[in-house]
Amino acid sequence: MAGFEKVVSSYEEAMAGLEDGMTVISGGFGLCGIPENLISEIKRKGTKALTLVSNNCGVDDFGLGVLLQNRQIKKIVASYVGENAEFERQMMNGELEVELTPQGTLAEKMRAGGAGIPAFFTATGYGTPVAEGKEEREIEGRMYILEPAVKGDFAIIKAWKADRYGNLVYRKTARNFNPMAATAGKITVVEVEEIVEPGELDPDQIHTPGIYVDRLILGSFEKRIEQRTVRIAQS
Amino acid sequence: MALSREQLAQRVAQELQDGYYVNLGIGIPTLVANFIPAGIEVMLQSENGLLGMGQFPTEDEIDADLINAGKQTVTMAKGASVFDSAESFAMIRGGHVDLTVLGAFEVDVNGNIASYMIPGKLIKGMGGAMDLVAGADNIIVTMTHASKHGVSKLLSQCTLPLTGKGCIKRVLTDLAFIEIKDGKFHLVERAPGVSVEEIIKLTEGELIVPNNVPEMKF
Repeated sequence: MAGFEKVVSSYEEAMAGLEDGMTVISGGFGLCGIPENLISEIKRKGTKALTLVSNNCGVDDFGLGVLLQNRQIKKIVASYVGENAEFERQMMNGELEVELTPQGTLAEKMRAGGAGIPAFFTATGYGTPVAEGKEEREIEGRMYILEPAVKGDFAIIKAWKADRYGNLVYRKTARNFNPMAATAGKITVVEVEEIVEPGELDPDQIHTPGIYVDRLILGSFEKRIEQRTVRIAQS
Repeated sequence: MALSREQLAQRVAQELQDGYYVNLGIGIPTLVANFIPAGIEVMLQSENGLLGMGQFPTEDEIDADLINAGKQTVTMAKGASVFDSAESFAMIRGGHVDLTVLGAFEVDVNGNIASYMIPGKLIKGMGGAMDLVAGADNIIVTMTHASKHGVSKLLSQCTLPLTGKGCIKRVLTDLAFIEIKDGKFHLVERAPGVSVEEIIKLTEGELIVPNNVPEMKF
C-alpha cells in the first residue's frame, strides 16, 4: 500500500492483525448491508474471545451468526438478537455476554466513537434496565443518562461502490450502521461490489470519505434475504 | 366483540393526518399502512434508514438492499429518502416524527411501557423501541387488553422490565381506546359491542369512566 491507495487483494490481508480478545464493530442491519466475506474471513482465521458491536447478530448459518456457531464471540453489544437460536442458547447458558443497547443509542455510540466525543446524554433508556449503573442528569426539566462512545480495534464495513482512495457510496437501506461503524475502527476494513478510479465518483455523492478507510477489497456477495415479502403484480 | 388485528389498525389509521411522518412498529402497527384514509398523504419512516416506505415489492422488484425495520423486503414511495441509522434516530430522538405506533406487553397508569423482554423467557432486545418511546410525543400503543387467561395488561405498575418511563399517553386495545393522564387510565371509546363493565373488569390499573363512552366507529 502506498499513499492513498487502500485496495488489498486478499481477505487474509484485509483482516491481518486481528487478534484474540479484540473489539470488532460491524455495519449491517439484519442481513442487509453486512460485510459477509469479512465475517467469513474472521471465521476462517478462528480468532477467539471477540467483542462484537453490531445491531444484530445474523442468523444461525449466515452473517455474524457463523462466528457464534464457531464459538469465537465472548461478548456482543446489539439492539436486537432474535432470529438466532444458537445465540439464545449461549446466552442462557452464560457462555455469551450480552449488552442490549437501544438501536439509536448504538448508532450514536459508534458515531461519537468516531467523532472524538467520549460520551453523550440521551433520554433513551432512562428509567429502564439500560440506565443501570449509568450517570443520570436532569437537563431543562428532563432526565437523561450518560452513554459512553464505542470504538473498535477493527471496523468491518460493506459499501456498494468505492474508489481506490476508499471514498464510499452505499446503496439504499444497506447503508444503515455502516457509515458510523466506518468512523469508529482503529483499522477500518471495507468490502465493496465495485472499485472505480479516483475522480469517477461524484464528490457530492460520497457517503463516507476515504479518510476513515484503511483497507478496501472487492468482493462478491450472496445478499441473503431474511424476510422475503412480496405482493402480487397487477397486470 | 373484541377488535380484530385489522380493526385495531383501522382505528389507529383514523388518527393519521395529511402530511404526517409516521413510524409503524412491527406487527399490528405495520397493518396501519393498509388503512391510510383516502385523500391523505403520509410518509412512513422505517428506523433502519428509510423515509417514504412503499408497498411490498413484486417478485421482479425484490432488492436485498431495500428492507424495512422488520427486515421485510419493501419498495420506496415517490419522494422517499435513505440515510444512515444515526440520522434515522436523530429524526426519532429529535422529535421530528409526527406519530409513532408500537406494540407492548404491558402499560401502566403512569405511562410506563414494557415491550421488549420477559426475563428468562424472551430476550430478543429492544431494537429501536426505547428510542421511539423516548423521542416521540405522539405515541399510540396497540395491544391486547388482557392475556388469553384474562390477566390485565393495563396495570397500576408494570411488572416487566421497562422500555420507557412516563412516555405513553394513548393506548388502543382490542377492547378500548384509553388515555393516560394524572396517573390514571381514562376510558375514551369502547370496541363495538364491548361493555364498559367488561373493560373495567379487565383493567387492573385505576380507570376513570365517563358517563358516556361512545363505541368506536369504522
